[in-house]
Amino acid sequence: MKRALVILMLLASVLAAPVLAVTPSEMLSDPALEARARDISKGLRCLVCRNENIDESNADLAADLRVLVRERLVAGDSDEAVVGYIVGRYGEYVLLKPTATGANLALWLAGPAMLILGGLIGWRFVRSRRNASAESERALSPEEEVQLKEILDR
Amino acid sequence: MIAELGHFALILAGLVALVQMIVPLIGAHRLWPGWMAVAVPAAILQFALVATAFGALTYSFVTSDFSLRLVVLNSHTAKPMLYKVAGVWGNHEGSMLLWVLILSMFGAAAAAFGRNLRPSFKARVLAVQASIGVAFYGFILFTSNPFWRLATPPMNGEDLNPLLQDPGLAFHPPFLYLGYVGLSMAFSFAMAALIEGRVDAAWGRWVRPWTLAAWVFLTIGIALGSWWAYYELGWGGFWFWDPVENASFMPWLLATALVHSAVVVEKREALKSWTILLAIMGFGFSWIGTFLVRSGVITSVHAFANDPERGIYILAMLAVFMGGALTLFAARSGAMQAKGIFGIVSRESALVVNNILLAVSAFVVFFGTVWPLAAEIFFGRKLSVGAPYFDAAFTPFMVALAAILPIGAMLPWKRGSIARTMQPLWGVLALSMSGGALVWVLQTGGSMLAPMGFILATWVIGGSLVDLWSRTGRSGGAASRIRRLRNLPGADWGKAIAHSGLAVAVIGIAAMTSWQTEDIRVVQVGERFSHAGYEIELQDVNQVQGPNYSSTMATMAVYRDGREIALMHPEKRVYPVAQMPTTEAAIDNGIFRDIYLVIGDPQDGGGWAVRTYIKPLANWIWSGCIIMAIGGLFSLSDRRYRVAAGARRQRTAPSAGVPAE
Repeated sequence: MKRALVILMLLASVLAAPVLAVTPSEMLSDPALEARARDISKGLRCLVCRNENIDESNADLAADLRVLVRERLVAGDSDEAVVGYIVGRYGEYVLLKPTATGANLALWLAGPAMLILGGLIGWRFVRSRRNASAESERALSPEEEVQLKEILDR
Repeated sequence: MIAELGHFALILAGLVALVQMIVPLIGAHRLWPGWMAVAVPAAILQFALVATAFGALTYSFVTSDFSLRLVVLNSHTAKPMLYKVAGVWGNHEGSMLLWVLILSMFGAAAAAFGRNLRPSFKARVLAVQASIGVAFYGFILFTSNPFWRLATPPMNGEDLNPLLQDPGLAFHPPFLYLGYVGLSMAFSFAMAALIEGRVDAAWGRWVRPWTLAAWVFLTIGIALGSWWAYYELGWGGFWFWDPVENASFMPWLLATALVHSAVVVEKREALKSWTILLAIMGFGFSWIGTFLVRSGVITSVHAFANDPERGIYILAMLAVFMGGALTLFAARSGAMQAKGIFGIVSRESALVVNNILLAVSAFVVFFGTVWPLAAEIFFGRKLSVGAPYFDAAFTPFMVALAAILPIGAMLPWKRGSIARTMQPLWGVLALSMSGGALVWVLQTGGSMLAPMGFILATWVIGGSLVDLWSRTGRSGGAASRIRRLRNLPGADWGKAIAHSGLAVAVIGIAAMTSWQTEDIRVVQVGERFSHAGYEIELQDVNQVQGPNYSSTMATMAVYRDGREIALMHPEKRVYPVAQMPTTEAAIDNGIFRDIYLVIGDPQDGGGWAVRTYIKPLANWIWSGCIIMAIGGLFSLSDRRYRVAAGARRQRTAPSAGVPAE
């Protein structure tokens, strides 16, 4: 049922007439408040779109969310409260920047952990090359000598 | 008839690939020259057959043969000729046919130009290349056949997705595939070397041009895609961290690492196992990219024909090939002992750092791309990983990479000293730092992004110039050094040009991200408004009929200091067959800024919604990518010279013992 709804919404968003992402009528007259609204919008996902935030999306649902964000701001909510309100209604799926809680810690720590691991392996390798014995730079095998001659004579 | 011919040619190509996979491999194992020699004509025949199949499909599209299912789904008689042709690969089946066309083309090129390869090695390379082909022919013929006929052909087709009807996107897939599939050569070379149990300097020399060519194509392909997104999606972003963009970006990062590490194999016989692993993983990521796009596990605009069944087939192929490759890799680790000796401060070490940064950044992109899938399967959390995450997690790697680049590029092989390498670079560092400070003061507050980008870019470009200059030697006057500059090998020029291209792209990204301005308003016809020093007038809005769409086209004049500098026509189009609207922004390109206009809906109270962006240095982003690609071409042009030079040194160095530099 939920799935059918999503498909319906997707269809609706595709067939709807094109509208601008942020329309002039949506915008708040207070520039400071509007700037905050734009900032918040850039971090929220348009639920029926592929990979767009609501600030850039043309979908009707994104427009509704933009209006909702502005309503909360006008009502005096802080930025965090607005985001919390939207997440409360739509789940963490709307957050384009995932939280760093629970399993998501892996997402944020994977890069640094891998960098440290790569750095350690790289360091050990580089050190081992410094200490390697000179004999490991051996001369060419006879076969290689022949091939080398071929290349040079070409 | 023509379509059946193409179908038949495709089946034959699959059979030829089967022969090319088995016979030369046995020949190479038993050292039977006749069996090994089968690989060359087979590779060329296979290419000719796929080209025939591709030609047949193109013919069906061009003549709008609506008895073919694929043509019905993706074409229309009213569509312009360019998009009829582009429609061949603007869909799943056709793009897979393009995949094997390019795969067999690379195989045929290796067969034709690989005269200096050892016969057994060449036979194995072509056999591995054919084995990839066999897997994909099976995939195409059994799950995504482009030559399927319809029993009752309709009168007309359903048109190509209007978003894809665009010159930038018409050429984006061929370039991207040349890059993706070009990495299959690196894979085949790696597998052949592992089967032989022999990885040496010659291997590094052979694999590098192929990787470099793939890298050049991939760079151009990604730039075209990004440029398309910039002007087509209607608000002028250049990178979305969309799963499919990431799918092309990960192979690019690994190919970049591979191009660098192959130099170490070639010149110093070190980093062998790592380079082989990169060659395997680079192509593996191309494959994962194909899986992500085609299976639809991660929805995206590009996943135009996704299907779980196809996804499973691709995943199974990936598992077999990657599993086999990595097993062989583990079994042959003994053959890849490093030989070169080098100090902790040396070009080798710098390239190790370069490779760590590139590989880990590719890993970060991969992790972020598949995390939503993993989180849903294992933790039951439905979440998104979008641009803000990638910006935060990926950017530091690129900053670190650019920061060490000029030093690493100038460090000598074997053993060096930071102090001595830095000597000619201090001036560049001072220049870029003061330039960055100036930028920071001029922009009056705001983020550190633009000053940082400026510092890094000047540092990299200045460093490249100093590097080039230092290569002309110390003796002689300026005139003779300039003369020597002209005679420097292509690889030196390629390196300097490609690194500078990266810097140009960095400046573009930093400037556009931090300084772009935007204006959204309702404008009456005939009204003028000003934004960021420009006066813009909405002169007229008309309905215009295109070949296969109808358009609402505005005429807008842009004035600066009272003089008209541009007349622009932003459009809104509706494609009636596909029932899809698109926005066509009007862009006035400039070296220092783009003016980007978008026309929106008519308003209730009269007038039109209009968006205006001024995007500073936008074109530097794509110019930077093109400069990078040109650098790659310069390096490629050095190939023959490098073969001889590398061989000469290899002859003298070991006999003279190990010079302590």
